[in-house]
Amino acid sequence: MGLFSFLKNKFSKKESSNTILTYDKGLKKAKKAFTDEINSLSNDDSIPSNYFDKLEEILLEADIGVTLVTDIINNLSKVIKENKIRSLKDANEALIDVMFKDYSKEEQLLSDIKFDNKPTVLLVVGVNGVGKTTTIAKLANRYLKQGKSVMLAAADTFRAGAIEQLKEWGNRLHIDVITGEANSDPASVAYKGAKLAREKNIDLLIVDTAGRLQTKVNLMNELAKISRVISKEIPNAPHETFLVLDATTGQNGVIQAKAFNEATKISGAVITKMDGTSKGGILLAIRHDLNIPVRFIGLGEGIDDLKEFDINQYLHGLCIGE
Amino acid sequence: MAFESLTDKFKSIFKKLKGESYLTEKNMDEMLKSIRLALLDADVNYKVVKEFVNSVKEKAVGQEVFKKVNPSQMITKIVHDEIEKLLGSDDSEIKYPTSRPIVIMLCGLQGTGKTTTAGKLAKYLQEKLNKKTILAACDIYRPAAIDQLEQIAKQVNATFFSLGKENPVTIAKQAKEKAFNEHYDAVILDTAGRLQIDEQLMEELLNIKKEVTPDEILLLVDAASGQDSINVALEFNNKLGLTGCIMSKLDGDARGGASLSIRHLTNVPIKFAGVGEKLTDLDAFHPDRMADRILGMGDIVSLVEKVQDEIDEDEMKKEADKMMTGEFTLDDMLAQMKKVKRLGSLSGILKMIPGMPSISDEQKERAEQEMKNFEVIINSMTKEERQNPSILKNSRKIRIAKGSGKTSYDINKVIKKYEQMKEMTKKLKQYRKSGGKGLPPGFNFPGMK
Repeated sequence: MGLFSFLKNKFSKKESSNTILTYDKGLKKAKKAFTDEINSLSNDDSIPSNYFDKLEEILLEADIGVTLVTDIINNLSKVIKENKIRSLKDANEALIDVMFKDYSKEEQLLSDIKFDNKPTVLLVVGVNGVGKTTTIAKLANRYLKQGKSVMLAAADTFRAGAIEQLKEWGNRLHIDVITGEANSDPASVAYKGAKLAREKNIDLLIVDTAGRLQTKVNLMNELAKISRVISKEIPNAPHETFLVLDATTGQNGVIQAKAFNEATKISGAVITKMDGTSKGGILLAIRHDLNIPVRFIGLGEGIDDLKEFDINQYLHGLCIGE
Repeated sequence: MAFESLTDKFKSIFKKLKGESYLTEKNMDEMLKSIRLALLDADVNYKVVKEFVNSVKEKAVGQEVFKKVNPSQMITKIVHDEIEKLLGSDDSEIKYPTSRPIVIMLCGLQGTGKTTTAGKLAKYLQEKLNKKTILAACDIYRPAAIDQLEQIAKQVNATFFSLGKENPVTIAKQAKEKAFNEHYDAVILDTAGRLQIDEQLMEELLNIKKEVTPDEILLLVDAASGQDSINVALEFNNKLGLTGCIMSKLDGDARGGASLSIRHLTNVPIKFAGVGEKLTDLDAFHPDRMADRILGMGDIVSLVEKVQDEIDEDEMKKEADKMMTGEFTLDDMLAQMKKVKRLGSLSGILKMIPGMPSISDEQKERAEQEMKNFEVIINSMTKEERQNPSILKNSRKIRIAKGSGKTSYDINKVIKKYEQMKEMTKKLKQYRKSGGKGLPPGFNFPGMK
C-alpha cells in the first residue's frame, strides 16, 4: 500500500546495498523475532486475530516504551480501519509508515556533519560506558577518509585511562590529541583544543568528555561550561553536540536525553552497540519526545563500524527484515 | 513523562475501591494494569511482567484486605513484597574459602563498568575484609583498558597484574598462581566487555573458567539497561554458570527493572550494587530499596508502608512472643531491630510486651541510635559469627571494627547487649514455663537503660 511511501522517498536517501547488509547483520535478531513470530500467526496472509497483542509485545521488547507503543498501535489500527487493509503484508507496511511518520516529523533528515564553519567543533557527551571515545575515533576516521583534517581534545580528565585511550586512537589515526593533566579542568582542555584547532586551521575538532550520569548536577553544569568556553575561542561553537547512547539502554534513555539537552543543546544522537541483540527502540521515543534525531549508529568495535542512520532501513530491519 | 500521570491514576483507583474486604480478580484488575505499566517503564522484561503480575494475582485472590486500606493498596503492597522477596536471597553473600585465595571473575557487555567495579571490589576486600588482593588485567582488547586498571589498582593499594596483550587465559592462570604462591587472599579477573552472541569471546571466558575455576563469576548489569538485558544474562549464565550479578550505575535515576527480570528468569542472585563513581561506592544489594525503585512511586510506596504498619501490629504480637520463646542469635537480634526500625519507633514493639514500662522520648532516641550502631556492626560480621557469637575473638573483632568503622569497644557493647538479651529471653522462657504472666519481677529490657 505505501500511504507515506512518497514521504519516505522524499526524506530518506537511497542506501547502497552495503549499508543494507550491515543493518541486516546488526538487526538480524530483531528480524528473526518479528518475521517468525508474526508470520507464523497467519498462513494465508490475512491479519491474525492476535496481531496487535503480538505487535505490542515485539515493540515493547524493542525498548520503544509503553507510551509510544500504545500510540503506534492506536494509529496503526486507525490506518488499517480507514484503508480497509486486509493482508498481513500491507498491515506491516502500514506499521512502518506509521512509525516512519512519527520519526520523520516531515523534516529533512541529515546524518553527516555540515562543514559550514572552520574549524567545525563537535562536542561528544553521554553517560558512562556508552562508547563515547570509540565513537569519536570512528567519526574521526570517517572524516579523515573524506579528506578533512581532524583534531581531538581529551576533555575526559576524570576516568582512569581515558586520556591514554584517546591518545592511542590518535596514534592509530595519525592525528593530534590535545590533552591536559589527569583531573585537571576539562574546560581548559577544550579551550586549548579550540585555540589550537583555529590556529592550525583544522576542519574538525572533536571534544571528548567524561561520562556522567544525568543526575549529577555539578557534572552537568560542567558541560555547559565546556560549551561556553569553546564558544569564547570559536564563535557559535560547538556547532554540533552529539549525545552517545547505548542501544541496550531502556526507558532511562529519554530521561538521559532530556537532561543532556537541557545542559547543552543536543543536535543529534549516536546509537552505539547496534551489533548486539538490543534493538535500540528508545531512539524512537527520544525523537518522539524531544525531537532529537539519530545521526549515526555504531555496529561494532572496528574503526569502520559506524554508519549513517537511516530510519527507513532501521524500521524495515526492526519490523520486517526484508 | 508517563509517570506523573500514572501516579494520578493510582490515586483515583485508590479512591474508588474503599471498603472491600477481600481481593478479587475484579477489584485488583485496574491496579494490576497500572502496576504492569510501572514495571514496563522500569524496564522489567515484557514477558517477566506478564508472568510476574499473573503469579502475584493468583496468589492474591481471596486474600483478606487489612482494615483501613483498600484492595489497590493491598495489591500494591503484595507486589512490592513479592519483588522484595524475589530479589532478596540467602545466596547473595560471597563465601570466602578459608585456606586459599578466592578467585573472582567479572564479565559483561561493553561499558557496564567492569573495570571500575573490579577496583571497588578490590577496595572492599582489602579495607573491609582485610584481604590482600590482586587485580588482573584480562582485557587485552579495549585501548588503554590495562592502563585504566593499573591506575585503579594504585588508588586502592591492590597488586596489579598484567602480561600485556598475552592470551587472557594465560593471564588469568598466572595471576591465580601468583595469588596462591604468594599467599594473597583474593584475585579479581577484569575481563574484556563482549556481546553474548560473540562466540569467540564467549569461548575465551569459558576457557578462563576451565583454567582457573573461579569461585565467583559475576555479571555486570547496567541499571539503565532495557528489555534485552535478560537475553544477555541468560546467555552468560548458560555458557558460564553465573554465581551472581552486580548492578552498576544505581546512582543514576534508572529504575533497574533488569534486576527483577534476571532474578525471575535465571535465579542468579544480585550480590552488589554500584552506587557512585568513587571507588568506595560499592554497596551490598538491598532488595527492599530496589523494590521501591522498580515500582518507582514515592507516594505509593509510602502508602505501602502504611499498609505495612497495619500488618506489623499483628505481626509484632507474634514476634514478641517468638522472641521470648525461641533460641536467640545475633541474626534474630538484627531482625528484631530491623522490624523496629521500619516502624520508626521502639515504643511500638515495646507496648506489645505485657508489663513493659513506658519510656521517655530521650530514652527512645538513645536506644534507636544504639540500634543503628548495632546494625552496622552486625552487618559487618560473617554469617557464622552472627549465628555463633561465642567465636568472636580479638582478631575477628578488629576486622569487624575496621569493616564497620567502629571501635572494638562498640563491638563489645553489641556482644554484651546480645548476651543480656539472650539471658533475659531465657529467664522469660523459664518464668512463662512456670506459669508466670507478663514480665518477671526486676526484668530490665536491654537497651532501655
